[in-house]
Amino acid sequence: MALDGQKTAYTYIGTTPDRPDGLDKVTGRARYGADISLPGMLHGAVVRSPHAHAKILKIDTSKAMALDGVKAVITRADFPDGLEGEDWNLQENCMAGDKALYDGHAVAAVAATSPLIARDAAKLIEVAYEPLPHVTDVDAAMAEGAPVIREGAADFSVPDGLHPNVVRYFDSGRGDLEQGFAEADLVIEKSFTTEAAHQGYIEPQACLGQMGGDGRGELWVTTQGHWFVRRMCAAILGTEATGLRVTPSEIGGGFGGKTTVFIEPLSLALSRKAGGKPVKMGMTRSEVLRATGPTASASMDIKMGMTKDGRITAASGTFRMQGGAFPGAPVDVTTMLAFGNYDIAHVRQVGYDVLANRPKQAAYRAPGAPMAAFATESVLDELCRQLHLDPIDTRLKNAAREGTRATFGPKYGPIGLVETLEAAKAHPNYRQPLGPNQGRGVASGYWMNWGGETSASVAISEDGSITVSIGTPDIGGSRASMALMAAEAFGVPYENVRVNISDTGALGVNEPTHGSRATYASGLATIRAAEDCITKLCKRAADKWEIDAEAVTWEDGCAKPSGPNAGDFPPMPIAEIAAEMGETGGPISGHFEGTPAGFSGSFGTHVVDVEVDPETGRTTILRYLVVQDAGKAIHPAYVEGQFQGGAVQGIGWTLNEEYIYGEDGRLQNAGFLDYRIPVASDLPMIDTVIVEVPNPGHPYGVRGVGETGITPPLPAIANAVREATGKRLCDLPLRPSRVLAAIRGKG
Amino acid sequence: MTRRLHVSTTLNGDAVDFLCDPRETLLDCLRDHLGATGAKEGCGTGDCGACSVTLDGRLVCSCLVLGVEAEGKEIGTIEGMADGETLHPLQRKFIEHAALQCGICTPGILIAAKNLLDRNPDPTETEVRYWLAGNLCRCTGYDKIVRAVMDAASELREAS
Ligand code: FES
Ligand code: FES
Repeated sequence: MALDGQKTAYTYIGTTPDRPDGLDKVTGRARYGADISLPGMLHGAVVRSPHAHAKILKIDTSKAMALDGVKAVITRADFPDGLEGEDWNLQENCMAGDKALYDGHAVAAVAATSPLIARDAAKLIEVAYEPLPHVTDVDAAMAEGAPVIREGAADFSVPDGLHPNVVRYFDSGRGDLEQGFAEADLVIEKSFTTEAAHQGYIEPQACLGQMGGDGRGELWVTTQGHWFVRRMCAAILGTEATGLRVTPSEIGGGFGGKTTVFIEPLSLALSRKAGGKPVKMGMTRSEVLRATGPTASASMDIKMGMTKDGRITAASGTFRMQGGAFPGAPVDVTTMLAFGNYDIAHVRQVGYDVLANRPKQAAYRAPGAPMAAFATESVLDELCRQLHLDPIDTRLKNAAREGTRATFGPKYGPIGLVETLEAAKAHPNYRQPLGPNQGRGVASGYWMNWGGETSASVAISEDGSITVSIGTPDIGGSRASMALMAAEAFGVPYENVRVNISDTGALGVNEPTHGSRATYASGLATIRAAEDCITKLCKRAADKWEIDAEAVTWEDGCAKPSGPNAGDFPPMPIAEIAAEMGETGGPISGHFEGTPAGFSGSFGTHVVDVEVDPETGRTTILRYLVVQDAGKAIHPAYVEGQFQGGAVQGIGWTLNEEYIYGEDGRLQNAGFLDYRIPVASDLPMIDTVIVEVPNPGHPYGVRGVGETGITPPLPAIANAVREATGKRLCDLPLRPSRVLAAIRGKG
Repeated sequence: MTRRLHVSTTLNGDAVDFLCDPRETLLDCLRDHLGATGAKEGCGTGDCGACSVTLDGRLVCSCLVLGVEAEGKEIGTIEGMADGETLHPLQRKFIEHAALQCGICTPGILIAAKNLLDRNPDPTETEVRYWLAGNLCRCTGYDKIVRAVMDAASELREAS
């Protein structure tokens, strides 16, 4: 079945059963990062820099150590020297060395017998700083005379003559731009900026770490990827990866922000120093905003040309991004995806990764894609408006489809952009009449999805029920999807499958739940491991029937002779084989280890209606439609949930959310009151249409749906505001004051 | 070290007591002294609602209440919402409607939603949205949460 071609008829896939962890989560029993305690446990707290950039002259811990109940204090001196590359970046970010590089950078940490004592002790640690000039804006950071954050941080890609804060450079393209723009009837060139936005997971980072002097330890942690945590902690602490066993808690949101480490190595280092007592640590919301990784901020110049009938003739973009005081702004992805929706002959993308005195950026849902989409889809919309073309028809005319050579090189396989555009056009939301001060915006977006290192095991219990062990933490219902896929593969009821997220000691390496890979890669691994298991189950039946294993097939949870020639035996159910497995050869399980490479991108098209209050400049979302290609929706309710959640994060980024730095380089809005994410009363229902263009690289056609949804909202809303106000706003967020200034002709 | 104070209170109908530092919040006391970790800390500043509980029937952010203020009061948390094995209709509808993704906001939202339905059995969508405006959810975009609350309200109305 799955091996030769794709299944098309399903029993369980596409149904919406209750999720297996639902009961625990509605009763308060589910255990998240901060919900575990151990006997003898200590509590940690971190001392953070109040300066955006400063030399650390001296750290005096004596008063803190003298406080009753304090068991350990650590500084950078407690970590090994000599790390290189990204390991050094991670270590430096978790605990500052010679310099504090941003407001909130950790400089010391303390463990004590209670959280309050730890907090008091942190205040007693005296740090002498020599403040240095700082820079937080990306354009300012690469301008002549900007303070240098780190000499020699640039890699080989950076051309001579650029500021030392430019650490990576990307340049790609094809065709002949000059010729392409000459073919256009209209060329539009505009510059855009987007501010950094935070993932805004409601659960702050939290962990409980324990490590002895022998470098062996255990870590309970809220994370998207516990093998990543293990590798990073071991590198930062100078221990062996296998010495540390990492168990993921339930996770209260991540969106990319929990694919790396911040306090985790500190809890282990404190524990090691405190004689191996477990140390619990948790961040406050203000620490989360100041010191974990928001996304990069961006400054972009876009030029696109179009013929009168709507064909894009050429496109070029320059993208400058700061991702904090370390290399890693996702400008590589930005340049890759900037024009990826369309079939364009002449195209060029240039990208700069720039250091600034801000926290080390982390992945945030479709990292790098929303900024690019904001700029490019805004210019495309402006071209359509000025040429009086329908935005959906124009996108259809230029849309990438199967066989199109992507602007970043490879040819697309079967993809669903055209289908999402057609479904958006056919949806009633696209025809609703609009009133005064109202406008409609359309935009498309894309995420390429990901495979990554994946291991899974499937084991048959004595009663024939099935345990699936995977390594990707479940953030949005993925255990339900895995159980559905296992049920489908085995032909047994959904309820007979239990899915566990294994710790790092129980499976081979797994990449995190990131890149929209979990349902694709862990799903594929689950199906392949189930097939491995089924082969073994068939063998047991064959042995019992004394026929060839090849003469046995698997159907509806039973082994069956493959045809009349194989013999006449009644179907042998999984429970019967399982009950005897001790005598027939021992436990039965199946495995998959690999790096699935058949992932395929998910395209989406959003249609939004807004109303802009001409008195205040406030934008209200009236209607919102998400159309996206899921490949195959395993559990459609959770697919819709990804669409809706992604769209609303995009709405927040577009309308409200931004990192605001003062003249002093300190973050001015480090709390949920001032860093305002969307609340229920800001929003309408979010309409969804699931398009299914199967991915040939997955047995059931899954693509992965998590990231794409945050990409179209930025331009879609800006395009709607353009229609409502007549003004093209090129800087996010579209806060009321900014929109009002534009309406009044000052923007 | 600050002298700890003895607090006697009622948690989900059971008499309980604990010792706490006067600086500790009710949320700290629930989680660290009473083993009730269903209420979550998302912000500690009254902005996210993850710590929502009721105090003598009134909806509060337990991160904004001191532990010592619970003396002599009745605290209601998510742990007390189901009746034994029988879930409250809101809890059931949240599962059915896929109204949770990560689930960290769920305990607070369920407590807040129940408090709404206790006083307004027939809320409009707008009333639900405004009542829940103090409870942040970053995963769902609220659509399925609002639907689950409306559906639970209608089931409760039919039952009464
Ligand atoms: S933790 Fe109390 S409101 Fe956020
Ligand atoms: S379900 Fe994750 S915050 Fe609401």
